[in-house]
Amino acid sequence: MIHLTTPLTYEKIKDLKPGDRVSLSGVIYTSRDAAHKRYMGMIEKGEPLPFDLKDATIYFAGPAPAAPGEVIGSCGPTTSYRMDAYSPTLLDHGLRAMIGKGKRNDEVIDAIKRNHGIYFAAIGGAGAVISSSIKKCDVIAFEDLGTEAVRRLEVENMPLVVAISCDGEDLYKIGRKKYLGVKENA
Amino acid sequence: MRIIKSEEITEAVKDLCIESNYDLPCDIYDAIKKGMGQEVTDLAKETLGVIKENADVAKERKRPICQDTGMAVIFCDVGDEVFVEGNLKEAINKGVALGYKEGYLRKSIVDDPVFDRVNTKDNTPAVIHYDIVPGDQLKITVAPKGFGSENMCQIKMLKPSDGIEGVKNFIMKVVEDAGPNPCPPIVVGVGIGGNFESVALLAKKAMMKDVDVHHPDPRYQAVEEEMLDKINALGIGPAGFGGATTALSLHIETAPTHIAGMPVAVAICCHVARHKEVVL
Repeated sequence: MIHLTTPLTYEKIKDLKPGDRVSLSGVIYTSRDAAHKRYMGMIEKGEPLPFDLKDATIYFAGPAPAAPGEVIGSCGPTTSYRMDAYSPTLLDHGLRAMIGKGKRNDEVIDAIKRNHGIYFAAIGGAGAVISSSIKKCDVIAFEDLGTEAVRRLEVENMPLVVAISCDGEDLYKIGRKKYLGVKENA
Repeated sequence: MRIIKSEEITEAVKDLCIESNYDLPCDIYDAIKKGMGQEVTDLAKETLGVIKENADVAKERKRPICQDTGMAVIFCDVGDEVFVEGNLKEAINKGVALGYKEGYLRKSIVDDPVFDRVNTKDNTPAVIHYDIVPGDQLKITVAPKGFGSENMCQIKMLKPSDGIEGVKNFIMKVVEDAGPNPCPPIVVGVGIGGNFESVALLAKKAMMKDVDVHHPDPRYQAVEEEMLDKINALGIGPAGFGGATTALSLHIETAPTHIAGMPVAVAICCHVARHKEVVL
């Protein structure tokens, strides 16, 4: 297990390989479909985003509401490919890391390589467990979007897996091959 | 005629929305545990371990298994000797709104699908399917469905000449297209027959069958078994990280169809395959 703290500079992530288990602590920002669409409009108009993109980490997630006494409700990752149309622009503007689940397209992988970014996977459908690593949650923008509002999360030891490394190596391709190889040799 | 009050229906739907989101069906839970024993890599074993732990935590602490508490899909089998006092549709939607509020479930529905996309803030309207059946009872099934897996479902209008090979190829294509996206291990429901709009519903009904239940016709049962093995040989694995457990179960439902056609629908559900029912 590799412990990392935000902000994620290139120095901190450059040696990570697909399949590495990472325990992330620090500040991350939730954003999903509707927020990404608004970011594109803001970037086009030259307006500042709700948080500084430099070395930032975006978590593709829309949490369930917090019950009394909770910081946040269940908060697992949403499927990332829906953000493929937007992620290259954000990476080109300084975003370092994305957390989500599932495949990314070639444009995103190219943008990860070009900007030395990284894509982590959280385990989809494990939202109840993941939310226990979230210690603070504040809505910082787009409150009208409900669960899709942008939230600043403080996380401690959030369990992640490196899905696409900064050189574009993809766990979703490698992991399958590795398993089939092990099975064949067994 | 037996009279069922709409308040009773609202209360039942509310409870089902909450319970189904907190409590994973036993057969799915057991299938996940079984999968843990079949994995060979550490990452796949750990991933299934987290998925199992998550179901345990959700049940114990009474919180949603997944943050995507779904679009509420309701199946109503209405006995022909039942009279609902009040409006059935309104009673169901009221139950959904209450359940999603009181259960701290996520509100994920937008009103206009293209232009406005404004959240309705109470997770209504639900998708409701009605069936009239003999008797004086009302059976309500609530099956919240997240869209990570819903987006991976597909329909194809095959030709009769495509035969069972065409069906098999389409099933494999849909699972391969989905890959890691729908939160594997998945549950697969296949509908064959009927027409364009009914085949999707067949697939959904197949998807909700218990893991151990199979098609009564041994020819389709053999296809269920063959497809499940083939899917699990793809190596997609838990969370798509690579591994043996890509699908927990696969069911086929069939219906009569037209001389010119052979519609096929493949419904994919994530490992959080939620559904709960009650008979009033």
